[in-house]
Amino acid sequence: MSLWKLYLMFLKIGSLMIGGGYSMLPLLIRELVERHQIITEDELTDYMAVAQCTPGVIAINTATFVGYKVRRVVGAIVASLGVITVPMILITLIAAVLKNLMQYDIVAHIFAGIRLAVCALITASVFKLFKKTVTTLTTFILFLLAFLFVAVGGISPVFVVIGAAIIGLSWGGLKKC
Amino acid sequence: MLTYLWHLLLLFAEFFKTGLFAVGGGLATVPFIRDMGATYGWITEAEIANIIAIAESTPGPIGVNAATYVGYLVCGIPGAILATLGLVTPSVIIIILVAKAIKKYYDSHMVQSLFRALRPAAIGLITAAGFSLLLTSLGVKANFTRFVFSANWYSLLKLGIYGVFTFFAFWKKTAKIHPLFYILTGGALGAILSL
Repeated sequence: MSLWKLYLMFLKIGSLMIGGGYSMLPLLIRELVERHQIITEDELTDYMAVAQCTPGVIAINTATFVGYKVRRVVGAIVASLGVITVPMILITLIAAVLKNLMQYDIVAHIFAGIRLAVCALITASVFKLFKKTVTTLTTFILFLLAFLFVAVGGISPVFVVIGAAIIGLSWGGLKKC
Repeated sequence: MLTYLWHLLLLFAEFFKTGLFAVGGGLATVPFIRDMGATYGWITEAEIANIIAIAESTPGPIGVNAATYVGYLVCGIPGAILATLGLVTPSVIIIILVAKAIKKYYDSHMVQSLFRALRPAAIGLITAAGFSLLLTSLGVKANFTRFVFSANWYSLLKLGIYGVFTFFAFWKKTAKIHPLFYILTGGALGAILSL
């Protein structure tokens, strides 16, 4: 894949993701896994896991991962620039001209509707990944614990990732013995 | 002029620091921005609330949107660019290093067992994030550790719309429709129904 195409692909993802890091998930699955087949679903899940517990914006971390996989360091930079281009222009415009954009009721209504659509898309995407990965009782318990700790217990995802990493490593270590 | 250049430099440095230490996504940048407001007087609390609302409802990563907004407020367009690049630079460097390491050891026994446990946990985390986004989008306020729950009639209507969208996103005949179409339809519905 050419650098230009990589840039355009992430430009598209960056301009369509509304509601933070995870709203890029449906777009990533559609563009990278299904359409261009650059990465597998497993790899995408791995990237998301690492992007969670490394510092910085999750979307940029994920874009850097994919870009690196496609065209190494240059690809990583190009993909990240692609994600930030449109949001940067848009926010500058809002800050400069439309400071009170959010005060118009109609704008708030439109975004409220968009968020519902995005939630539905995320639900379908997460289910796809779930079906692929959560196939045994052990993986289901890990999934459920991670969900409950964060959604109900309010614990930081960072600790969940670190905990899962420790479980995985000791598991691997035990098997080797 | 000199103070302007100094502020540009500060913007890059402060957002570089944010990108380096804010772990866990866009909203993790907020405490850092609050800190900048207290130290340099760049932004007020009210402006921060504004930034979060705008950053959450416009396209793009929330952290990037917030950085661009603050940068513009302080130093205009050059400020917007430098603040955003400052935020992104540590991510790119760190992930390139991690990706290199993973690539080298991906097939090793240890990394494979690491990811075997990490993958289901990551999906649990994404589900949790999606769940909290859904609650916010439905207008439901819930805190499970303190047993707080509130919703209104609009929440039911929104739940219905979410349900229909979800059905189409799963149904084989419509699942291949591009996400953009869902986003546009959602926006139109929001405007028509005054969600």
